[in-house]
Amino acid sequence: MRVALFVACYNDLLYPQVGRAVVRLLRRLGQPVEFPPGQTCCGQMHFNTGYREACVPLVQGFVRVFAGYDAVVTPSSSCASMVRHYHATVAREAADAGTDPSLPARVAEVAPRVYELSEFLVDVLGVTDVGARFPHTVAFHPTCHSRRLLGVGDRPERLLAAVDGLTLVDMPHAETCCGFGGTFAVKNADTSVAMGLDKVADVLASGAEVLTASDTSCLMHIGGLLSRRGAPVRVMHMAEILAGPEDGG
Amino acid sequence: MTAPDRELQPLAPQPLAPPEPGARGRAGRPFEPIPTYAGTPPFPRAARAALADTRLRANLQRATATIRAKRARAVAERDDWEALRLAGAAIKNEVLHDLPALLVQLERAVTDAGGTVHWARDAAEANAIVTRIVREHGATEVVKVKSMATEEIELNEALAEAGIAAWETDLAELIVQLGHDLPSHILVPAIHRNRAEIREIFRREMALAGRPAPDDLSDEPRELAEAARLHLREKFLRARVAVSGANFAIAETGTIAVVESEGNGRMCLTLPEVLITVMGIEKLLPRWQDLEVFLQLLPRSATAERMNPYTSMWTGVTPGDGPQAFHLVLLDNGRSDVLSDPVGRQALRCIRCSACLNVCPVYERVGGRAYGSVYPGPIGAILTPQLRGIVRHPVDAQTASLPYASSLCGACFEVCPVRIDIPGVLVHLRAQVVRQHPMGPHVPEPDELVLGVASWVMERPRRLSIAERAAGLAGRVVARRGGRIGALRGPWPVSAWFGERDLPAPARESFRAWWRRVGRGGAGSTPSGQERSRQGRAPEDAP
Ligand code: SF4
Repeated sequence: MRVALFVACYNDLLYPQVGRAVVRLLRRLGQPVEFPPGQTCCGQMHFNTGYREACVPLVQGFVRVFAGYDAVVTPSSSCASMVRHYHATVAREAADAGTDPSLPARVAEVAPRVYELSEFLVDVLGVTDVGARFPHTVAFHPTCHSRRLLGVGDRPERLLAAVDGLTLVDMPHAETCCGFGGTFAVKNADTSVAMGLDKVADVLASGAEVLTASDTSCLMHIGGLLSRRGAPVRVMHMAEILAGPEDGG
Repeated sequence: MTAPDRELQPLAPQPLAPPEPGARGRAGRPFEPIPTYAGTPPFPRAARAALADTRLRANLQRATATIRAKRARAVAERDDWEALRLAGAAIKNEVLHDLPALLVQLERAVTDAGGTVHWARDAAEANAIVTRIVREHGATEVVKVKSMATEEIELNEALAEAGIAAWETDLAELIVQLGHDLPSHILVPAIHRNRAEIREIFRREMALAGRPAPDDLSDEPRELAEAARLHLREKFLRARVAVSGANFAIAETGTIAVVESEGNGRMCLTLPEVLITVMGIEKLLPRWQDLEVFLQLLPRSATAERMNPYTSMWTGVTPGDGPQAFHLVLLDNGRSDVLSDPVGRQALRCIRCSACLNVCPVYERVGGRAYGSVYPGPIGAILTPQLRGIVRHPVDAQTASLPYASSLCGACFEVCPVRIDIPGVLVHLRAQVVRQHPMGPHVPEPDELVLGVASWVMERPRRLSIAERAAGLAGRVVARRGGRIGALRGPWPVSAWFGERDLPAPARESFRAWWRRVGRGGAGSTPSGQERSRQGRAPEDAP
């Protein structure tokens, strides 16, 4: 099975440790993974803000880079949902406009093979116990896109529950949006922050040492609020917990 | 997982502004000027003002949390809920597909049953029709059943201009009207008011509008309801004309249905001599039997009740029983435009249950009035811009801000009883905003610039790689300590993000650079001691 990693642009730049964790984890599970260097961005930010034409080259690039792989795994549930739900929409519009008539067919080839990390581990590799150890109290934030758009269900919690030493704590209002919402975070900054601060209160109420999720984007927002307030809670992507510490780090 | 309620601020009653002398209307005429949504600033600004109102937030948070929990329980009782939602969506799709024929069928059935049908292209036509009918019957006041359609066309204002008083009889609408206020929720229009505020409003305003509230009125719900009952009873018995909306209209039989919880609507629908119903053209159902689906979907979604307390249905006029003249005003007011958009038209399936408002994390924090429309919350964000013609022409800045008033969390879609994909319509409308607003040479919006640069970078991996190196350098310069960038000043979007949030400094080495250097060769895969010991647990059969 040829597996490609789609790291997602903001992880590439701001959270490279998340990409390294996915590589480390998959290799440990005996699954080789490649990073096709032609990859950039899934286009979600543009799509969700209304800049549809700008998405066309990004979708074309995505299918070109990832065609031919049996599976594409990404540590971003939000990007996975963009690819699986909306790349077809972008492609249809490009075809209707006559820009790229075969784009829908190419998207239909690639998009269904894109998996968020927990889906890939549980459904494709058939693993829930990845053999990790993490002796800490952890709260899990089920991000809206992972739960509602992608439908990952309780896969992430099952993976976390199997981690040696990890205590998963309940967080109040866990299923409520943290207020990130992509460009919503800056277009409606006041509302976004108000939502985020309620989430921060819930994180603190949970008593967890670490907050984790399957999306770094939400964690960037919640973590940014926590950090500004000097709160003693670390945010970590789920992949970092499942992969364990890096060599020498 | 059950979550404890968030802690609520105690609600200190705050004195309301005293009535200005001489500002009240004369007897028989309610209040002027009647507030409208005109002048609401674009959503981000309106939201900021609402967020600053801590009492409003506490009221909303408590009210929506209660309704949310109750709805979830009521829905969980039905194991065929998903099938009911699918049926509801399918019936409404059928209505939208066959709308012209069904409307004609409805007109014939209503006329055969002794009613009169009027067609109104827009608010002005609808208001003129209602005003004319009231005048023809020599009435100077009407009692009203709670209705979104009449609020949409600002009927009360139009009637007031014609010297006709319109009395709201739904308890919450009465509170809003007496408070010279605007509704902030579809179903609970006074959701932003607490009991203490309501007592103040009743004590101060009831006397100016009719029967006064008792001097010793407390804020006990029972006493408040009793004061409202006595005040309204006088109006029910006196009024000769009633105005209502409609929840459903059955094309097959010409039957109109209104569902409500208080029975005040029932009084309006049965006591006066003349009944005028204003309904949006999408409120149709093809067959009587379709009510089976909707009378299950609506109460559980709206008030978390298994069955609706008062369901009034009437077909034309029945001699000797109830109103002896019935007028049905069919209102378009932009709906045909909505229908012309294949993605946006699903908004017309809406049955105004308000479940989407109650679960919306944005609505919960900013309330209804920030949306600047009678339709607040997620449904308002997709319906208002469409009714205002966004499909056909550029719209004002407030309207254009509505599709962005959402984090796209999808909670609304999850609860909508007719499965409207609200997030999908929101991003569709955002594309309309972007497409329609760059008209001719224009100064680009900041987000257009930022995203424009981003897409130029993202189109070529090489550009991205250079940008990452530049960002890595820049980030380390501004990062203060702990690899984080703290409070930063700058133009939007820098200011918007860093006002309250930090950001990690861009990494010294991007993932892409790491892969080029060592990742490809398998570095990072060397198991550490601890990992080595547990590695055997990875399944052998991993493909
Ligand atoms: S959009 Fe759906 S959930 Fe919202 S009010 Fe309409 S029917 Fe109810």
